[in-house]
Amino acid sequence: MAQALRGYLRSDGRKGIRNVVAVAYLVECAHHVARAIVTRSDDTDVHLIGFPGCYPNAYALKVMQAIGTHPNVGGVLLVSLGCESFNREQLRATIEASGRPVETLVIQESGGTASTIGKGLEAVGRLRAIAAQTPETPMDVSELVIGTICGGSDGTSGITANPAVGRAFDRLGAAGAACLFEETGELVGCEKIMADRAITPELGLELERSIQKAEAYYTVMGYGSFAPGNAEGGLTTQEEKSMGAYSKSGSAPIVGILKPGDQPPAGGLYLLDVVPDGEPRFGFPNISDNAEIVELIACGAHLTLFTTGRGSVVGSAISPVIKVCANPETYRKLADDMDIDAGRIMEGRGTLDEVGDEIHDLVLAVAGGERTVSEVLGHQEFILTYKAFDPIGPACLPLGRAN
Amino acid sequence: MSLILLHPDDNVLVLGAPVHAGQALIIDGQTVTTEADVGVGHKLARRALAVGDKVRKYGAPIGSITAPVAAGGHIHLHNMKSDYIASHTRQATGSEGR
Repeated sequence: MAQALRGYLRSDGRKGIRNVVAVAYLVECAHHVARAIVTRSDDTDVHLIGFPGCYPNAYALKVMQAIGTHPNVGGVLLVSLGCESFNREQLRATIEASGRPVETLVIQESGGTASTIGKGLEAVGRLRAIAAQTPETPMDVSELVIGTICGGSDGTSGITANPAVGRAFDRLGAAGAACLFEETGELVGCEKIMADRAITPELGLELERSIQKAEAYYTVMGYGSFAPGNAEGGLTTQEEKSMGAYSKSGSAPIVGILKPGDQPPAGGLYLLDVVPDGEPRFGFPNISDNAEIVELIACGAHLTLFTTGRGSVVGSAISPVIKVCANPETYRKLADDMDIDAGRIMEGRGTLDEVGDEIHDLVLAVAGGERTVSEVLGHQEFILTYKAFDPIGPACLPLGRAN
Repeated sequence: MSLILLHPDDNVLVLGAPVHAGQALIIDGQTVTTEADVGVGHKLARRALAVGDKVRKYGAPIGSITAPVAAGGHIHLHNMKSDYIASHTRQATGSEGR
């Protein structure tokens, strides 16, 4: 299909589908100031991101570096209180090295709340002006990175929206896009059939290990990745939810495993392993859906396909979210929050192939600049908390590493 | 499309539309009467299942039966459990894992 996509060409050669200025608080103590700067900027493409903790965390730094240099980001304002542990100098250096404009405001050295907000608004103005000069360039489907996640799953998710996304993933992956599925805790029970899809036996073993890690981790937590709404929607067990979630991955071979902040080295289908390594330390792997969306974006996702049965309304900072509603009753209640009505499959008003094609076409339209429902409604959720990961081993990326 | 068979090996059917208690349904040529109101996306037994039987959906095992269920019976938390990690409801307190 000769679909003309437009991309913002960054100095590091990456291409974005949005031109966002990110305002990042580096500790909760700077959250209010950063939020006020974003709110008063009143610009669809000025987004609030941040990390609330005062203690250092290598994962959080890696994710913030990945997002500060994300292809959809055209400039970054860092807002620091001043005494927190976050390594603002390293974050700034990484963003600068990517060629993106970056400014830092330290509240303790900038005259406090009101003064820093004023200086922040001026900084955002400068960053916007530089970002606006970013050249636009033709972009191919093969240059896209696309994530998928499910939230508020019910008994319809695994029948309509999830396999429809799987069909769209098959088409997009065949065209060379990198497609990322995730949440290993929601793949418990699928480890054997998933391992059979790996392009090497060693990768298959790593896939199985990632699911075993998730099962062990969630067992310590005392809960699977299973919310009360899942049961109210007809799902009974973790592995039943998993089988439905798994169908988002489509039918292509799995070419690699990534961890948050790793970039896919080539097109094809990847599993994003979101469950921390080592002894459980910081609580639940992902405390809510947006924590997973942030991790997909940290892996370069230009946009995310979000399937929901019970009815999630979220979007995200940095990268657009396309919401695919699995349940026809939910769609009737929340139509204004949904981009795609996949529940019509339940009622015989459409087929998986038709909805899969609709998702595929909407991905290209959104990559071409069309705004998603959650973007128009102003959703800019972002959440990043403490985690710990070991680096991925060589067996996880048979195609090699990015960069 | 009110009863969905996702895989020929499955022993459950998924409801494509709600059913009401006392409603007659035809499952594999047999007429059964539903015992309760059950919503979209929930599962009904395709045939009678005994304690310990594996529940199969998408052609894959998704848990085990914990109480006998007749053909057409609602299969959910009251008669089925995970073979991996226990499911929880809104009454959970958050202290189960400690």
